[in-house]
Amino acid sequence: MLCQNCNKKEATVHITKIINGVKTELHLCEDCARENPEVNLSQPFGIGVPFSFQNILDGLFEVSGIEKKEVNDEIRCPVCNMSMEDFRRTGRVGCGNCYAAFKNEMIPLVKRIHGGVQHTGKVPKRTGGLLKVRRDIDKLKEELKTSIDNEEYEKAAEIRDKIKELEKSADNENNKGKGEK
Amino acid sequence: MANLYSNMNGSDIIITSRIRLARNIKDIPFPHKLDEDKSNEIIDKVYGTLSGDDLQGIGPFNLVRFNKLSSAEKFSMVERHLISKELISNASKSAAIVNENENVSIMINEEDHIRLQVMMPGFKLKEALNYANELDDIIEGKIDYAFDNKLGYLTSCPTNVGTGLRASVMLHLPALSISKSVGGILNTLNQVGMTIRGIYGEGSSSEGNIYQVSNQVTLGLSEEEIINSLIAVVGKIVDQEKAARNALNEKQGKELEDDLYRSIGILKYARMLSSREALNLLSNVRMGIDMGIIKDVKPEVVNELIVKVQPATLQLQSDKELSGAERDELRAAIVRDAL
Repeated sequence: MLCQNCNKKEATVHITKIINGVKTELHLCEDCARENPEVNLSQPFGIGVPFSFQNILDGLFEVSGIEKKEVNDEIRCPVCNMSMEDFRRTGRVGCGNCYAAFKNEMIPLVKRIHGGVQHTGKVPKRTGGLLKVRRDIDKLKEELKTSIDNEEYEKAAEIRDKIKELEKSADNENNKGKGEK
Repeated sequence: MANLYSNMNGSDIIITSRIRLARNIKDIPFPHKLDEDKSNEIIDKVYGTLSGDDLQGIGPFNLVRFNKLSSAEKFSMVERHLISKELISNASKSAAIVNENENVSIMINEEDHIRLQVMMPGFKLKEALNYANELDDIIEGKIDYAFDNKLGYLTSCPTNVGTGLRASVMLHLPALSISKSVGGILNTLNQVGMTIRGIYGEGSSSEGNIYQVSNQVTLGLSEEEIINSLIAVVGKIVDQEKAARNALNEKQGKELEDDLYRSIGILKYARMLSSREALNLLSNVRMGIDMGIIKDVKPEVVNELIVKVQPATLQLQSDKELSGAERDELRAAIVRDAL
């Protein structure tokens, strides 16, 4: 039997799927099978379908208190035109702006996944702006506390000066922002 | 062939450390929403940030487009952990940026615009993160990232928002596999926001008793916090593997020794070897070397074979297209030669 996909090579991978009582068969050569996302050659006996994010997405929506009917599918992201329905189907948002466009749905979902909704990690160096400076100040304040606890007063004074400097530049940045508006 | 395994100094429970950062470009739809022209623009833009002369000793980097590669060449890159299967399935719109010694690979237009990956042999998560941050800063110097003060780096799938960081450690856990303890580890790891998977990450099974332990939670913790907990957890798993090896040796010493020597016997004399069989036998030999039971095989040889025996990488070592049976023959010949 030839491969159903390329019709060139001998089919050596045979897959029978039964979903809701409907049987479908797939006969592929090894190369096409490898390119086929439904086939996982490293799991030759197909121990269940890989548990994907979409599989659990609907469940997460339910526990987040968002019923399917409550989601307004008329709303679309102004940048990429994605709807909530698209997201449920693919498990992926269309662009960065979708998180803001579907804030009411996304924030509870993100909270369910990660347990928190406040990023505390890295901030882009160039475009992070004020947030980056504030992060640095917070870090220095912690260092200041440790050095005072350890009675390293000289080091503490140095850190205090650094904080002052950063706060000044943060103020400047802030005023600059206001000036532009 | 330069690969991570052959760069290792010895055989050990910890094989490699890997850092992956997911990044996207501001105000541009994510890859699954883009046509070919737009996708190519992104590839050029990202490669442009890394192709200059001002990289201060980092690089040079090569751009790999998949339309010019054979199926075996592409899948060999997957076997060498440089790219994912998903990247190839979208070959006309995707690319990878790879450096000479293959410890940096940047996938473009996979699930996210940019997936920056740094791999290092051994237990070097902090070093890999520092290197990844350096590269990330270079790219960010010229590209505006999709970033939100609250949600951090914005990604195509909400499971990656925040740091966009997936830190993972590849581990060789034969004794824990034999004692069927990996399932128990999985349950425990899930409770602390981490997971354990097969050799090729998401959805893959373990071959040759090689596993990846990585963080799941990417938001609410800083990069350092994520890595520190991963380091602590991996340390515990290594202790458990050592304890399981000792227990195995104490309770079934003779049987274990017999098993390990049989493994090396088959590898040395077999005329046909499937990839699964070869990987499992090599796993036994690797453990035998670690435990001081097998003494006449160099660990580097075994490490290199682990990559060489995999189907696509093996195909690359032959001029003609091989059938499954021919591959098994060639594999057995390569293993025989090496040992």
